[in-house]
Amino acid sequence: MTVINVLALDDLQILLENLQEDGYALIAPQLQDGVIIYDQVEGLEALPRGVNDIQTPGGYQTHKTKEPSLFHYVVGPHSWKKFLHLPKLQLWQAKKFSDEICIASSEPASFKAAFIGVRAGEVKAIALQDKVLINSGVVDEAYKIRRDKAFILAVDCARAGGSCFCVSMQSGPSVEGNYDLALTEILTPNHIFLVRSNSEVGEKILKKTPHRPATAEEIRIGQEIVARTAANMGRAMPDTNIANLLSQNLQHPHWDAIASRCLSCANCTMVCPTCFCTTVEDVSDLKMEEFSRERRWDSCFNLDFSYLHGGAARSSVAARYRQWMTHKLSSWVDQFGSSGCVGCGRCITWCPVGIDLTQETQAIYDDQLG
Amino acid sequence: MSITAIHKHNVIDMHDMQQLVPKLARVKSCFSDGPDVSTIEVEMADGAPVDYAPGQFNMLTVFGVGEAAISISGAPDGSRLIHTIRDVGAVSQALMRLKPGDQLGLRGPFGVGWPVRAAQSKDVLIVAGGLGLAPLRSVLYHILAHRVQFGVVTLLYGARRPADILYQSEIANWRESCEINVVMTVDHADVEWPGRVGVVTQLIDQAEFQSQNTLAMICGPEVMMRFVASALVDREIDAENIFLSMERNMKCAIGHCGHCQFGPNFLCRDGPVLSYKKLRPLLKVKEL
Repeated sequence: MTVINVLALDDLQILLENLQEDGYALIAPQLQDGVIIYDQVEGLEALPRGVNDIQTPGGYQTHKTKEPSLFHYVVGPHSWKKFLHLPKLQLWQAKKFSDEICIASSEPASFKAAFIGVRAGEVKAIALQDKVLINSGVVDEAYKIRRDKAFILAVDCARAGGSCFCVSMQSGPSVEGNYDLALTEILTPNHIFLVRSNSEVGEKILKKTPHRPATAEEIRIGQEIVARTAANMGRAMPDTNIANLLSQNLQHPHWDAIASRCLSCANCTMVCPTCFCTTVEDVSDLKMEEFSRERRWDSCFNLDFSYLHGGAARSSVAARYRQWMTHKLSSWVDQFGSSGCVGCGRCITWCPVGIDLTQETQAIYDDQLG
Repeated sequence: MSITAIHKHNVIDMHDMQQLVPKLARVKSCFSDGPDVSTIEVEMADGAPVDYAPGQFNMLTVFGVGEAAISISGAPDGSRLIHTIRDVGAVSQALMRLKPGDQLGLRGPFGVGWPVRAAQSKDVLIVAGGLGLAPLRSVLYHILAHRVQFGVVTLLYGARRPADILYQSEIANWRESCEINVVMTVDHADVEWPGRVGVVTQLIDQAEFQSQNTLAMICGPEVMMRFVASALVDREIDAENIFLSMERNMKCAIGHCGHCQFGPNFLCRDGPVLSYKKLRPLLKVKEL
């Protein structure tokens, strides 16, 4: 059975200091321009206090509350992907010496970071990227070197966002899987954090930090908080075999209906914590003596993504939306053994026209029943 | 590593990311193979041999321009790196402009090639359209080098015009040797063309093979492959014995960049050669 301990607010600050002492850079949520983002911080005081968010399809707004909460907002547009699977990465450089070109791989920069406040769906999203980039053949060393060193201080969601559907994707709101320490934030009667350890590194950091065993009542309150979050999910995926539903409906007219709204802006793929597609760009100096190749995030919504001589394989927006959604929810299962969606709802919130993949899936599902 | 730290003959530890870093190669020879097609032979700068299987491809880099996936066109001894390139974009155009001695980057070989083992003791039907003969030439060389292992071997080849026919002297040799049946057709004939006119699909009716003991390999434009595969099924070849070499945008060639997905398949890793049994439901979907 998992041992549950209690950290007071001051203890959490000490825990972060212990992580820093062990050489971890702290990456944590911050409020910037009214939006929760993830960036490097120096301590607990940088974390937003008493901030909640309202999320709707195509809508996001934060507001202040009178509570001292540290983690009562839900996820914003950033995900931990930007620190593990870098948005931009140089792969190699080459230089011309008199008559010979020499090529050298660009060593992936090491980065030892502690991710603070990782949500259940995000822990699962990291596991999905591990599967793609480490555990399915060729290893992406640039990802692995960062992933191996990452410390995951997770937190159970105390509130469900309006776009959330992690319960129906079996990925939350309670943190499970590969994390080091997981917190449950309790505001009353006292502002404390239940903490459970899931790794040797997590145990080691916890040992160095003042803590005490949780009482049965505190554990009950913690369970209640998570149960309340689970009961208040903003939405849900239809309860059916989604992978089969979509692969059997590749020619469904509903794809055109979605395309009539979709702007193919690629926002959904940029905010998605599991989307992993990249492209490369070659650059050189004007003398054509120094060359390099840079890899960067790409999106299946870009017309160039499927470019072949003669034009794009997926020129219509319907085909591009179908590629994204069927990859995420259907062919991902064939490729990697599970769905590529964790139900975080970012693609719904950050879609400028509020396309909701749970509703679009439901529409295709309902049509089957009708 | 900074650019100043790059020295000649830099020795780099081999790890998985190395698959994303091209190795230096040089153009050994090049010649024109039609109005907008060139065939180049390359060799690794360090002289290292490159083992490849018929139907695999390399990623070729022109420094300062970019990288493109180019199938290996094969060679009689099965080891030389010959690539046939058509001018269809910035990288292929730059590749065509390379001259003997010029340097380029090479990654590979990648992908799953033609099922030469499964074809053993069977009749082999090879259907090529246009530049599709390039990745099939490597399997033709393999068959010719191990001719006794195969039954009746037929090449059906369709090109746009007589001038577009690739490898003309080799085809003449193959015909003369009588080791394989060669039937060609062109879409648009000129006055000197003595052969057939029309699409390659029309050659299938008269091709000789034992349906139940035939393995077919097809490469060409997707629409051509779809019609050919369908015609072969009509002639009672099992869909699982029909193989197509598919083409999609490829960037990484190691199944990580997502570009080459065709349904659940990463064509760079699971293909480019896949069975019609797997592909048939996907080929029916427009813009997949």
